Amino acid sequence: MKPAKFDYFQPTQIGEALALISDRGENSRFLAGGQSLVSMMNFRMAAPSALIDLNRISELQAVHVDPSGDLHLGAMTRIRRIETDPVIAAANPLLPAAAAHIAHFQIRNRGTIGGSLAHADPAAELPGIVLACDGEIRLRGREANRSVKAADFFQGVFATDLGEGELIEEIVFPAWPGERRWAFQEVSRRAGDFAMVGIAAWFDLAEGGQIAEARVVAIGVGTTPLRLREAEQSLSGQPPGPELFARAAAVGSAGFDAPSDIHASAEYRQEVGAVLIERVLLQAWRRCE
Amino acid sequence: MTARHQITLRVNRTPYECSVDARMTLADCLRENLDLTGTHLGCEHGVCGACTVLLDGQAIRSCLMFAVQASGCEITTVEGLGENGALSPLQAAFRDNHALQCGFCTPGILATATEFLGQNPAPSRAQAESAISGNLCRCTGYVTIIDAILDAAARLQSSGGK
Repeated sequence: MKPAKFDYFQPTQIGEALALISDRGENSRFLAGGQSLVSMMNFRMAAPSALIDLNRISELQAVHVDPSGDLHLGAMTRIRRIETDPVIAAANPLLPAAAAHIAHFQIRNRGTIGGSLAHADPAAELPGIVLACDGEIRLRGREANRSVKAADFFQGVFATDLGEGELIEEIVFPAWPGERRWAFQEVSRRAGDFAMVGIAAWFDLAEGGQIAEARVVAIGVGTTPLRLREAEQSLSGQPPGPELFARAAAVGSAGFDAPSDIHASAEYRQEVGAVLIERVLLQAWRRCE
Repeated sequence: MTARHQITLRVNRTPYECSVDARMTLADCLRENLDLTGTHLGCEHGVCGACTVLLDGQAIRSCLMFAVQASGCEITTVEGLGENGALSPLQAAFRDNHALQCGFCTPGILATATEFLGQNPAPSRAQAESAISGNLCRCTGYVTIIDAILDAAARLQSSGGK
């Protein structure tokens, strides 16, 4: 099918984009990489009256690591860059590991991190990684700018904290300790399909060898990416090892709110997700052995 | 801005001026305005890969981009892969390995494999399989497609990329 008619604007500055969206009203949309929005427009599941194209705003494509080691990704950073840029890999290795699982490389050539966060598909990889890393989403509005923690940003299926006329400017990932153990895995029927379930995890070891702090996040098994706090608590303060990870997998997967759909039943997601938690923790642990 | 947009595209080394509605996809513009019907449309929502073209050297879905967005960009379609009427080494490898049956997916796979071989000139079979995972062949002729991509890699290596 073909999209419905819309007005098209191609600003080159953030301020210009914010003015346009506010002038054009609530049925106008920002266009990032277009890999979800244009597909929805082709099906007429979305029919915005105006598109404000962000692709010519170079400020939104900036990537840098600040002096404190925090990684800043402009909202229009392409997923392909996240997958391949050594600067990003050095500053946060979970990002490229997860990005490689996103659709196919032709989609990654266009898709952006800001677009993925704003779209907020519960099975999408990058929202899960931003949550697992305590990322901060910096928003620009016409009246005010604000910062939202990932934990507060995702509110439901395709629902976020983004207000009317607000634009994601950048995502900030806190500095990543070099010794951190981490892994990401997901299960899908075919390469490039949406994950039936995916797990991102990391932990830091204390001097005595026990786990000081851990994060375990699941995608595809809730209305938003889910932090599995019970699993994190079960890991904290314990020496890492296969038995501990099996226990964390059991309590972690109990926290799923998995959907049943044509791709997989809730029971299947539950069972596979538990195995995945265990495998991801093992992979993280062995990474630096 | 509901008005039509005047855009300039450089397609297969040739500049074109055209007037498009904002809602015209790049794929439709190539096919209908420029008469470059080698780019095929299958699913029109980014899944099948038939409409893949090269945008500034990168393989992209031309059904998920509006023509107006591509103004000023350099586009290569299947019609521009070879030069002076000759097949590119990749296209020649497809012919010699019988890597096409009905041919519908071929232009998209050629665009995909062109970028892939540019970035990974000596791929493994598994890497080549992964590279075309976003292109559906409705004849399911994947084995010879992979054979052709690996053959093309070998040809390009021995000819120094020409």
